[in-house]
Order: sequence, then C-alpha cells, then structure tokens
Amino acid sequence: MKILGSEITPYKTYLNRRKFIKGSLASAMLATITSSAFANHESDPSIYSKNLNENDKLNSYEEITTYNNFYEFGTHKKHPHLNSGNFKPRPWTIKIDGLVKKPQTFDLEKILSNVTIEDRVYRLRCVEAWSMVIPWQGFQLSELIRMAEPLSSAKYVQFVTVFRPEEMPGQQKRTIVWPYREGLRMDEAMNPLTILATGLYGHEMPNQNGAPIRLVVPWKYGFKSIKSIVEIRFLDTQPETSWETLAPWEYGFYANVNPNVNHPRWSQGTERRIGEFKRRETLMFNGYEKEVAYLYKDLDLTKFY
Amino acid sequence: MFSTTNFNRSKPILFILILFPSLLWAYQFVTGNLGVNPIEKLMDELGLMALRLIIITLMITSLSNIKTLKSIVVLRRMIGLFAFYYVCLHFSTYIVLDHFLDMQFIIQDIIKRPFITFGFISFLFLIPLASTSTNNMIKRLGFKLWKKIHYLIYPVAILASMHFYVLVRADKTEPVIYMGIIILLLLHRIFKRLTRPQLAQ
Repeated sequence: MKILGSEITPYKTYLNRRKFIKGSLASAMLATITSSAFANHESDPSIYSKNLNENDKLNSYEEITTYNNFYEFGTHKKHPHLNSGNFKPRPWTIKIDGLVKKPQTFDLEKILSNVTIEDRVYRLRCVEAWSMVIPWQGFQLSELIRMAEPLSSAKYVQFVTVFRPEEMPGQQKRTIVWPYREGLRMDEAMNPLTILATGLYGHEMPNQNGAPIRLVVPWKYGFKSIKSIVEIRFLDTQPETSWETLAPWEYGFYANVNPNVNHPRWSQGTERRIGEFKRRETLMFNGYEKEVAYLYKDLDLTKFY
Repeated sequence: MFSTTNFNRSKPILFILILFPSLLWAYQFVTGNLGVNPIEKLMDELGLMALRLIIITLMITSLSNIKTLKSIVVLRRMIGLFAFYYVCLHFSTYIVLDHFLDMQFIIQDIIKRPFITFGFISFLFLIPLASTSTNNMIKRLGFKLWKKIHYLIYPVAILASMHFYVLVRADKTEPVIYMGIIILLLLHRIFKRLTRPQLAQ
C-alpha cells in the first residue's frame, strides 16, 4: 500500500505539540525550535505541495476547523467548532437507494476497505465570498457509485445529511428544512475531481467539518459539499436541494463558482482568502475550468446558476 | 435618583463604556485576535453596535415619557452621536479594509445589493442628524425644524434593521427581535399622538 504524506505525522503528536505551544511564550519559542525536527503538518506543508498551485498557500488546521458553515451545529461560523463535541461519527452507515440494481446499506468501514484514500488539496470557495485551501484525504465519489451499481436511467445523485437533533443542536431549530439535502448531475458526480472526504490534514474528519464522511466538489460553492452523509439516492429527475428550496432566487442547483454571475448579497467577482488581507479575483469554476468546463458547454450559466 | 444632575453625572462613565468596545476591537484587530476572518468580524461587531445604539436612542425617547425618568433624555444626544461614530467605523471598515478603496466596485455594490443599499441610505440619513446635534444648531434652525429633521431617525432605524435582516442567511431571530423592538417603539409614538390630539396640530 502507498503511504500518504499525511500519515507521516500522527495526529496525536501534532495535537500534543499544539497544546505545548499554547503553554507559555517561553515554551512556544522552544517548541518552534524543536518542531522543525518533526514533519509537522502545519510547519511542513511541503507534504502536500505537489498538488498545491503556486498562488495558493494551505490554510492552517485551526482556520479550517474553527470557521465553518455547518448549520446543524448553529448558524455562526464558530458554532460548529463549539457545538459539535457530542456528535458521534462512529459507527456509521450509508444507505444507497433509488435507481440502483439493489438498494443496500453499506458500513462505512466496508466502503473504506474497497477504495483508495488519497491526498487532495483543493480550494474551497464559499458563496459568502471567502475561501480556503484545504488538504483533504478521501476517495473519488465515482468509486462508491460503481459499488452502488446505479441503473442506466439514473441521471442525478442526491445526498442526505444525518438528522440527530440531540447531537446536532442546530437541528432543534427550523432554520432550514432538515435533513440537509444536496445533489449532483451524474456526470458531475463521476468527475474525477469530485471526492468523498474522510479526513483533513491527515486527521480523521473533525465533527465540525462533516465527520465521518462528506462530499467535496471544489468547483462549486461550499454549500454543495454536503457533510455527514447518511444516504445517497439515484434519481432520474433533478433533486431538491436545501438552499435552493429556501431561497431559489439566491442559490441554484448548479452553484458553480462563477465570478460573472452575481449573487444578490455577495458580489462573486472577488473573494477573501482566509488569512490574507486583500481580496483576490475569483476564478471561473474556482480555478478548475480545465477539468470541468466541458460539463457545461451547452448550459447557459446565467440561467442555471 | 433619576434627576437631570445624576444623568449628567453618569455621562463620563457611559462615554467610556460605549467607547471601550471600539478600542478593544481595534486592539484585537491589530494584534490578530479577532478570529479567522478579522475584517468580517470587525465589520459585524461595529455594525451591530451601531444598530443597538440607534435602538437605544429610540428607547430613551419612549422612556422619557415616564414621569420619574423624564431626565433620561439628556443622554440621548451622546448615545446618538456614538451610534454615528460606530456607523462611520463600520462603513469605513467596509470601504478601506474590505474593499481597499476600490470605489468602482463599491459603487456597484451599493447600487446592486439591496442590503448594502439599505445600509448606505441609513448612513446618509444619519449625517444631517449628527451635524445638527449642537445646541447652537437647534437655536439656528429653530426647534420645530430641528425636530422635523430628527424624524429621520425612524427611516434610519428601519433601514438599519433591514440591512441586518437581509444579510442573515437563514436564522433571522436576532434581526427580527430588533425589528420588533423598533416597531413597538414606533407604535408607542403613534399611540401617544392619537391620545393627545391637542399636540398633534
């Protein structure tokens, strides 16, 4: 088996070192000196550099895990980090149904033993005009779709987030209609860029980032990348999605990152990369134009936003 | 206890209390302690503070109708000016830190995005209020005209709360609470007018 860069430093060591750094100023300085002897994920992002664009810099583990939109744990960006402690991501199953040869429920462990986990460093662009660069670990959604054996009539894939109001306090309030739902066209789902992520920075997926398994579709706004998935359904019609249902004039089914199609609340022409002072120009399809533009060559993107 | 003298005496303390958050946020911003997205955080905190202060000035007017609290009205001008101070900081954070003086973009943003339009008009309406706040100006304009100008606080409050309401994506509880308070305070004024017709002419 191939050893991933992300496995070089066990997460525990990394966490302990963080605690140590927080200890005091003096020990922090000491830690800076000693940590260079270890391959820390944060201090040594070169682990991921082979798929890092020259204009991008990895966001820190802290940035990625303390600033999240995950309304199941509350609507404020810090809520998922603060309120997700009671969430139990194991054991976990994913129900496969709809237009498939045989509806079935997979154990997550079983899925993981049948796929190849790899490192993927992706830009994540939120519809709120901020962005991050995140080192995910995961596998191509296409691998799971093959396991699911959809019928040829299946044209769309729908995803559903777990509903556990006792563990996810945000779900006790009807801010949006629970459970959260998302969807992709089959060709989008099969695109090699589309992954199901199970980890980040070499650590198991933190609860606030969508433990234990979430979608990542890097050329679409972040809300398409649905978290804590418990059900995948194959359909012949375009499925309803949560944000589109709530405000169809603001959020479309496609939600492709597009600097030329404005949102009524946020100009999508620029974005703030978390950790940077000045705004950046937003790239067409979040910079993945080469990989995905062909999917939409016959589509009017101002209409199908 | 609620005498004019006592309210006047409390002014320096209130001044420091209301000024303090802005100094704290500025310090936290400079030292990198405003979280992962500090510009957004700074803008949100300043804007929320401004909206709350605007609502407090409306409350003061209503409270001053209670006989024992009549003198509380001496605090209104200072709090109103502080509301303007926070609105200015909020607006300049948007212009300087958020958009780096990209005026072409900012003008587009103000025209195209309703929530920014609301906020911007609200800011514009506050300018005549703040600039006519001195005793001298009241004298020069005459109390009647001055009072008319200061009715602008109602559209200011409504637009400011709409600015917040539209910004929130899903859980509208907090902006709805503010809007509710503003509506109640406006209803109180209408009720007052209707029950004292001799003052309405």
